[in-house]
Amino acid sequence: MFQKTNKMLLMVIGAVVLYVLLKIMITTGVINPYWQRVLFYSLIVTIGALGLGIIYGFTGQFSLGHAAFVGLGAYSAGYFSKTFGQYGGLSFIGALLVGMVFAGLMGFLIGVPVLRLKSDYLGIATLGFGFIVKVALDNADKIIPELGGARGMVGTPQVANLEWLFFTALIVIVLTRNFIFSTYGRACTSIREDETAADMIGVNTFKTKLMAFTFGCALAGLGGGLYAHTYPFICPGDFYFLQSFDYLIVVVLGGLGSMTGTVVTAIGWAFLLEGLRFVLGPQFVDFRGVIYALILIITILVRRQGIFGGKEFGFLVPQVRREKPDAALRG
Amino acid sequence: MESFIQQVINGLQLGLMYALIALGYTMVYGTIGLINFAHGDVFMIGAFVGYLGYSSWGLPWPVAIIVSMAVCAALGVIIERIAYRPLRYAPKIAALISAIGVSFFLEYGSSLKFIFGPDYRVVQRPFRSITWNLGGVSITNIQVVIMAVVIIFLLFLLFLVFKTKIGAAMRTVSFDHDAARLMGVDVDKTISFTFAIGSALAAVGGVLYAIAYPQIYPFMGIMPGLKAFTAAVLGGIGQIPGAVLGSLIMGQVETMTAAYISSQLRDAIAFAILILVLLIRPSGILGRSQQEKI
Amino acid sequence: MPLLEVKGLGINFGGLRAVNRFDLTIEPGEVVGLIGPNGAGKTTVFNMISGYFPPTDGTIVFKGRSIVGLKPYQIARLGIARTFQNIRLFRDNSVLDNVRVAFHPRAGYGLIDAFLRTPRFRAKEAEINERAFELLETLNIADKANTAVKNLPYGDQRRVEIARALAVGPELLLLDEPAAGMNPAEVQQLVELIRFIKQKFNLTVLLIEHQMGLVMNLCERLVVMDFGEIIARGLPHEVRQNPKVLEAYLGKGAVA
Repeated sequence: MFQKTNKMLLMVIGAVVLYVLLKIMITTGVINPYWQRVLFYSLIVTIGALGLGIIYGFTGQFSLGHAAFVGLGAYSAGYFSKTFGQYGGLSFIGALLVGMVFAGLMGFLIGVPVLRLKSDYLGIATLGFGFIVKVALDNADKIIPELGGARGMVGTPQVANLEWLFFTALIVIVLTRNFIFSTYGRACTSIREDETAADMIGVNTFKTKLMAFTFGCALAGLGGGLYAHTYPFICPGDFYFLQSFDYLIVVVLGGLGSMTGTVVTAIGWAFLLEGLRFVLGPQFVDFRGVIYALILIITILVRRQGIFGGKEFGFLVPQVRREKPDAALRG
Repeated sequence: MESFIQQVINGLQLGLMYALIALGYTMVYGTIGLINFAHGDVFMIGAFVGYLGYSSWGLPWPVAIIVSMAVCAALGVIIERIAYRPLRYAPKIAALISAIGVSFFLEYGSSLKFIFGPDYRVVQRPFRSITWNLGGVSITNIQVVIMAVVIIFLLFLLFLVFKTKIGAAMRTVSFDHDAARLMGVDVDKTISFTFAIGSALAAVGGVLYAIAYPQIYPFMGIMPGLKAFTAAVLGGIGQIPGAVLGSLIMGQVETMTAAYISSQLRDAIAFAILILVLLIRPSGILGRSQQEKI
Repeated sequence: MPLLEVKGLGINFGGLRAVNRFDLTIEPGEVVGLIGPNGAGKTTVFNMISGYFPPTDGTIVFKGRSIVGLKPYQIARLGIARTFQNIRLFRDNSVLDNVRVAFHPRAGYGLIDAFLRTPRFRAKEAEINERAFELLETLNIADKANTAVKNLPYGDQRRVEIARALAVGPELLLLDEPAAGMNPAEVQQLVELIRFIKQKFNLTVLLIEHQMGLVMNLCERLVVMDFGEIIARGLPHEVRQNPKVLEAYLGKGAVA
C-alpha cells in the first residue's frame, strides 16, 4: 500500500514539475509565442490521438474519420462559447463539455450502424462520414449563420492557455489509463485480438466497441473544443480527411496499443512538422512535405510495430500483485 | 427528358474514368490486401506526363498516353518494391501508413518547382472539342474518345486477367500467396505485374481526366482517387467487375446529385449512399461475404 | 433435469446439409465425447450450441431454457464455455489478461468506478486478480502470468485457453480437440487435468477428440457422427465395436 501511494505521489510531483518548467520557460520567453502555439497544438493532438488510440489501438476498430469528430467538437464548443461566453472559465468548461458530449453522441449514433463493419470497410465508412461532416460544416451557415460555413468561424473567445491545455491533457491521460487498465480496457483489447473468441467468453462485443468508439470520439471532441478556443479562426478544412490521417499516423507510429507511444508521438510529430521549417530555412522550406513523407515511410519500414510497439512507460502501468499468495492452496 | 439523358452520359463519362482508377485499387487490394493510397497520385503523375507528352514533347496524344502508361507502370513497380514489399507480411496497417507516406511524397515532390510546381495549370486539349447535337442531347468528341479508350482498356484487362497465364497467376496470388508459391507462381513478379497494370490504367485515366476537365495540379489525384477507391469498395473490393460496376454507380450518383439536388451536397450524398450500401451488403455489391472458420 | 437437451438440430450451408437430426441429452456431471471422422460436423455442433451459427432447425435447451437465437456472449454468460480447435487466444495480451477478461460480465463495477478508481473498483479488481491467479495455479501456469500469450509454447497456450474458459464460470464446458498436437505423456496429463477441473469446478464436459486414448479414458459416454448425422452412441467399449463406427473410420486408421 505504501508503495502505491508513493508512486501516485511521484506522478503528481512529476506533472507539477513539468508544468512549472513549461510555465517558467514561457514567461521567460525561452519558449517564444511561436513555439508556444506548437506546444498547444501538440497537446490538442495528444488528446485527440488518445481517443483514436482507444478506438483503433486498443479496440482494433479502424477509423479514418477521426478529425471529423474533432471538428464536431470544435464547432459545437465554439458555438456554445460564442453564445454563452460571458461567464469566463465556467462557460469554457461548459463549452468543452458540450464539444465532448456532442462529438461522443455523434460517434455513438454513427457507431451503431457502422461498427458492424469489419476492418477496411469500417475505415471507408468512417472516411465517408468525414466527407459528410465536411460538407455539412461547409453549409452549416445556412442554418446557423454563426458557424460561418465554408468561410470559417471567428469570434470564439481565445481563453485556452497553458493551464487549461496541460491539465486537460493530463486528466485525459489519467482517465484513459484508468479505462485501459480496467475490465473495460481488457474487453477492448480482447476484441482487437479476436472478436469471435471475445464474444464466446461473454464479452458483449458490440456494446464494448460502441463504448470505446463513443469514448474515443468524445476525446476527439474535447480536443476540438480546446482547438476552437486556442485558434481565433477555424474552418471545415481543419478537420478533413488529411487531418484524420494525421491522427492515424500518430497512433500507428507510436505503436498500436501503447498510450505512451501515442502521447510521445503526438508531441514529437507536432514539433517535427514545425521544426522542419526551421531546420530547412526559407531556402529549402519547399522540401518540408517531401522530407516529412520520407520520415514517415522510413519510420514505418524500420519500426513496423510503431516506435513503442505496444509497450508503456512503467509508471503508467498499475502493478498486479497477489494480495494473498497462498489463497489458491485453500481451495 | 433530354437533360436527364444528358446527365446519364455525363455520369457515364465520369464513372468510366473512375473505373480506370478503381481497377488498380481493386487489383492491388485483391493481391496484397492493401489500400494503396498512393494510387490516386500515380493517376496525377499520369496526367502530368501525358500532358507534357502531347504539349511540350510534341507527341501525338495516343503516343503520349502510352508513354505515360509506361512511366506510371515503372513508378508503380518501384513504389511496391521500396515501400510495400518489405512490409508485405507485417500488420496491414504498416503498409497502409507507408502508402500514405508515398502519397505525400508524390504530392509534395510534384509540387517542387523543378518538378511540376505547385500551381494549378489549365491545360490545352490535344484536339479541338466538337459538340454534336442529337435531339437535344449534346455529345462531344471528347466524350466519345474517352468512352472508346476506356472500353478498349477494360476489355483488354478482362482478357489479360481471365484468358492469359499471367492473369491466372494474378488470380491465384489473390487467392493465397502460399498456395500460389506451391503451384510454382512467382509471387513477387506477379505482384509487380499487378502494380504495373494498375498504375498503367491509372495513367490512362489521368490523361483522359486532364483532357475532359482541363486542369492539372499536384493534389489533383486525391479526390478522384478516394472516389474511385470508394467505388471499388462499393462494388466489392477485390472484384474486377465490382470495381467497374461501383464506378459506374458512383459516376451516376455524383452527376445526378449535382444536377438535381445540389452540387454542394454531391460528395455527402455519394458517401452516404456508400455507407448505406455497406450496411446492407458489408462486402459491397458483388463482394462475397466470408464466414470465419472456427 | 438434464443440463443440456438438443433435439433435431440441423443446419444448412448454402445447399449443403452440414448437420442433420442431431439429438443429445447431457445430465449434470457427465463427460461426453463427440467423435467422428474429419468433416463429420462435430465443430459445427459446437458452433451451434455456443451461438456462433444459428441452427436451421431443432432446439437447444440449457438448464431448462431455450438458447437458440441467443448471441454467443449471452450463452457464455448462461454458463457454457468453450475452447477452440485452433487455439484462439488474445495473442498480444498477457496470460493474466486473457483469463481476467473472462470475468468481464461479472466484474461488479461500472465505468465510473473504473475512471475514478473507486474503492469498489479496487476491491473488485483484487477479487478478479485473486480468482484469475487461482485458475492459473490450477492450470500450473501462474509463473507465466505476465508473459504475452504469443510467446508461450503450444502446450501452455492450451492451458491458458482452458483457464480462460473456466474463468467464464461455466457449468458446461465444450472442449474442441483439447489434445490436438500433444504427445502421449501430455495427453495423459491432460486427462488428469480435465478430471481434476471437472471435480473442482463441478463441471459437465462435452468434448470433441480424435485421440482415442483420451476419449476411452475420460468419457463416460460417446456420440459418433459421420456426414452430419449421429451414427452411434453408447458406452465407449460398445461404440468401438459398433460396425457402423468401424466403417466410418475404416481406412482412416483412427481406431486405436
